[in-house]
Amino acid sequence: MNIAGILATKGDKVVTIRAEQSIREALGLLAQHNIGALVVIDDGRRPIGVLSERDIVRTAARNEAVFGLLVSHLMTRDLILGTPGDDLGAVGSTMVTRRIRHLPIMDGGKLVGIVTIGDVVKAQRDHFQGEVDTLQTIVMEQGH
Amino acid sequence: MAAPGTTERPLRVAIVGAGPAGFYVAEHLLRRTDLVIDVDLLDRLPTPYGLVRAGVAPDHQKIKAVTATFDKTAAHPRFRFFGGVELGKHVDVEDLRAHYHQIAYTTGAQTDRRMGIPGEDLPGSHPATEFVAWYNGHPDYCDCQFDLSQERVAVVGVGNVAVDVARVLCRTAEELERTDIADYALEALRQSRVREVYLLGRRGAAQAAFTNPEVKELGELAGADVCVLPDEVALDALSREALEKSGDRAGFKKVEILESYARRPAAGKPRRLTLRFLVSPVALTDSGAGAVGGIRLVRNRLVASATGTIQAQATDRSEDLPVGLVFRSVGYRGVPLPGVPFDDKWGVVLNEKGRVLDPDSKQPRPGEYTAGWIKRGPSGVIGTNKPDALETVTAMLEDLAAGRLLEPADAEPAAVERLLRQRQPLVLGYADWLRLNALEVARGQARGRPRVKFTRVDEMLAALGNRSSG
Repeated sequence: MNIAGILATKGDKVVTIRAEQSIREALGLLAQHNIGALVVIDDGRRPIGVLSERDIVRTAARNEAVFGLLVSHLMTRDLILGTPGDDLGAVGSTMVTRRIRHLPIMDGGKLVGIVTIGDVVKAQRDHFQGEVDTLQTIVMEQGH
Repeated sequence: MAAPGTTERPLRVAIVGAGPAGFYVAEHLLRRTDLVIDVDLLDRLPTPYGLVRAGVAPDHQKIKAVTATFDKTAAHPRFRFFGGVELGKHVDVEDLRAHYHQIAYTTGAQTDRRMGIPGEDLPGSHPATEFVAWYNGHPDYCDCQFDLSQERVAVVGVGNVAVDVARVLCRTAEELERTDIADYALEALRQSRVREVYLLGRRGAAQAAFTNPEVKELGELAGADVCVLPDEVALDALSREALEKSGDRAGFKKVEILESYARRPAAGKPRRLTLRFLVSPVALTDSGAGAVGGIRLVRNRLVASATGTIQAQATDRSEDLPVGLVFRSVGYRGVPLPGVPFDDKWGVVLNEKGRVLDPDSKQPRPGEYTAGWIKRGPSGVIGTNKPDALETVTAMLEDLAAGRLLEPADAEPAAVERLLRQRQPLVLGYADWLRLNALEVARGQARGRPRVKFTRVDEMLAALGNRSSG
């Protein structure tokens, strides 16, 4: 199974922000869409970073003026990008080992979606549940 | 008026497509004891089960045992089946909106992906799904022709459909006689002159989609030796690292089995099945007679993507494989349903977690849902559709609780039945199917086969005495 299967049921909504926008605006977007991260894009809509709630919390713990800071100050620039054809298993293990919770997905140079660690866990769980269910059906049949 | 879901006012649901996803949606709905729900399941074919009947290979009868759970769902007093009713032909979405509170589309992925290479449309090149539908007796495909006088065949892909096609091509008539393969296909395959079958995978052995039981089965064919090139299955450093990182013991085992095939001497069986890896077709070549004469392959090497996915990358080395018949199995795609928003990018009904979205506002369209392959794309095994359908049903029940429903003008079960019978007089019910099933099984019993299928609609109607019952 690949990442396309996750994106297919997420609509094509990716909430983005620009590096020169404020953290206040970023928090507004995170709350409005009930999400954990924003993809930071440049003029050509290319992702240049990810801003997660964790990035903001980390700064807020020691800087009360966090609201006025710019997205560019806090975003993670060390970006890993996925593609729709990436294997679910590989993506899952990379997200776990690199401690990434949000993975922007690119297709043909265009940002087409974002996959969260929750999406990956759910897809893997459904995949395994499905296999168990099918195997049980076969085993039960063998018992007859 | 009280919300639907009560004895006085049941929630009326139409499900379009009677494959596993459709049955699982029905099962999750009918299992609710706190709600009274009527489920009408429609299919464009007279028979239910979707790909379990028309897709799962005839020599994999055990997998078809899942139909027993579908029959259990169908036995629910609030379940009705309308076979032979096609959306866009006999009814449209507006008809359904006029009679139901909720509609779920579960039509699957009905077409194959193209390879996008020159020569793909030459005679002798076919989608593997057509061959599968043909040997399984799908009424729309029973007149397909495949040139089985060819000795050399390539099957592009190493997913389970590709493996099924290769295996069926390699089966002996004696092996096939014990299955429920369509009678005409059994006869055609009995006359088959196929001797060499190639399964072509673009990535390495460790990345092949087939499962270990499937690989083992290929090594136990009565009439075909399995052949593997040692350098194509040897585990490379990237794949080893990926398998180790993900703790994929089954992946190691798969490579181990394939390596054992590479060492195995040929037993001199009449056919040979060769599993090739790290090759991609770049063109089908003309035999000179206007048909497929060969397939040009480029050799690939493996690279890891940013997320650690092992990908195939073409090298400058290529080879020509002479073959007279090609089956492509490089993926499937959903077909747009008339009047239902479609997401062309992923080839699915435009949806969010099973709620159909309006293409302009990207907001849910009240009362419309989707599940299965037409919702998420073609992935997983039959059972994967169960949790998938549950996600959709959860959304349906949330929307019921919130009052986000269609407002049918006439929700009477008898009204929609009248409409369907008027539009399609030959509509079949589940009782008809159970009679057909019994007849098929009885025909099979006489010949030591699980069943002998009816493959034409008029044949089915004739067997039922040209009349249908609820």
